[in-house]
Amino acid sequence: MTAASPASPATSWRPVLARGVVLRHDPVRDADLLLLPERVVVLDGSAGGVLRLCDGVRDVAAVVAELAVRHPAAPVAAEVPEFLNRLRKEGWLR
Amino acid sequence: MTAPPAPPAPPGPPWALLAELTHACPLRCGYCSNPVELVGRSGELSTEQWSEVFRQAGALGVVHTHLSGGEPLLRRDLSDLVAAADGARLYTQLVTSGVGLGERRLAELTGAGLRSVQLSVQHADRVTAERIAGARSFTAKERAARLIHEAGLPLGLNAVLHRGNLDDLDGLIRLALDWGADRIELANTQYHGWAARNRAALLPTPAQVERARARVVRWRERLGGTLELVWVAPDLVDATAKPCMGGWGAVSLTVTPDGTVLPCPAAGTLPGLDPPNVTHRELAWIWRESRAFNAFRGESWMPEPCRGCALRTVDHGGCRCQAYALTGDATRTDPACRHAPDRPLVAALVHGAADCADPSAYGYRGGGR
Ligand code: SF4
Ligand code: SF4
Repeated sequence: MTAASPASPATSWRPVLARGVVLRHDPVRDADLLLLPERVVVLDGSAGGVLRLCDGVRDVAAVVAELAVRHPAAPVAAEVPEFLNRLRKEGWLR
Repeated sequence: MTAPPAPPAPPGPPWALLAELTHACPLRCGYCSNPVELVGRSGELSTEQWSEVFRQAGALGVVHTHLSGGEPLLRRDLSDLVAAADGARLYTQLVTSGVGLGERRLAELTGAGLRSVQLSVQHADRVTAERIAGARSFTAKERAARLIHEAGLPLGLNAVLHRGNLDDLDGLIRLALDWGADRIELANTQYHGWAARNRAALLPTPAQVERARARVVRWRERLGGTLELVWVAPDLVDATAKPCMGGWGAVSLTVTPDGTVLPCPAAGTLPGLDPPNVTHRELAWIWRESRAFNAFRGESWMPEPCRGCALRTVDHGGCRCQAYALTGDATRTDPACRHAPDRPLVAALVHGAADCADPSAYGYRGGGR
């Protein structure tokens, strides 16, 4: 396992959606969705915006930096790396 | 008497579409849940009609489609259909026997936007597998699995379980590991369509079910999530009603090869349902207004003991098609349920099956043993 402990989530990997995972906006429900082979995950408010930055080029630190500019008041440094790690463990990000 | 129940709330949009592209199939599985009377090739929807179905489904809120059958690879226009579904922003999963899935075909399909594949398996032993499937197919499945894996597509195996393979659960799980699957669905037989004819030969014994369930628990501990194991419980043996599709007309639509739209794949058998067809009606009207989709929506149709039962929000009163098949009345509590007044019917079936000696004695489509 390469995942770090939740206290110090690794920030050097370059997250990108795993093969077979699709992120899309659903205009009917006005929600961002993650589509997987046998399920649909409805993302909460800001999660879709975070995942749209996961292009396999930016590392986690760059994703955090970008979000911090967009949302200066939000606790992105504290929450985003852990969120991304969780999705990696699910196999939705790699 | 209870107070008159409130009419069902207007449904939210559907999430999923099961597109049964054709009933034709190179396999002849004894557990096939497709109807006894199949739609012929000349009765199938055209490429344009299916494309329109996908377009309407996407507009209605569907985000996921299973391209199924029969064997969808027998549709020569399958990659056009994948492209049409993908164009309607539907996530596409191919549900296949693997027969006919060569390198070129797979490349065409992925090029058209195919996202994942679900491959059926009957048994880990080649000879037994082909006896269950009623056709040569094991080599084709091995090859299909390898190609899918090499292409990097998510691969799920689907094993329908019955008396003839429940004791081979370890073999099936090892097969999934060998073939690089991400997931294996261990789905106990649903006795609809052709499978209902073979019920006595397919029904497992309670002891078999217990052994298999224990194996699943052990494997889950051992695998720790590297391979997802999905166990679809045998409702008749467990005396527990299965949750009907997340509720009748609540989550998904099925479109059959000739364009008939059903709330569930087996519902074509129900009398008086008068199922609508995409060639006559818009999918949105069918979902919201049609009698078929409203027949068992919500809870107002429920009889006792479901009406007062806490589990009704979990299992939605069980399977309407099974209630009809076993009692002749689709509104009765599913006889699979231990609380159902008709449970003795099922108890007799389960008992009878334990005495049926020859597991290979089921009938194949087109005849033969
Ligand atoms: S009585 Fe009805 S609602 Fe209750 S468990 Fe049985 S089938 Fe489900
Ligand atoms: S009615 Fe029965 S066969 Fe149809 S979806 Fe519900 S559980 Fe499945």
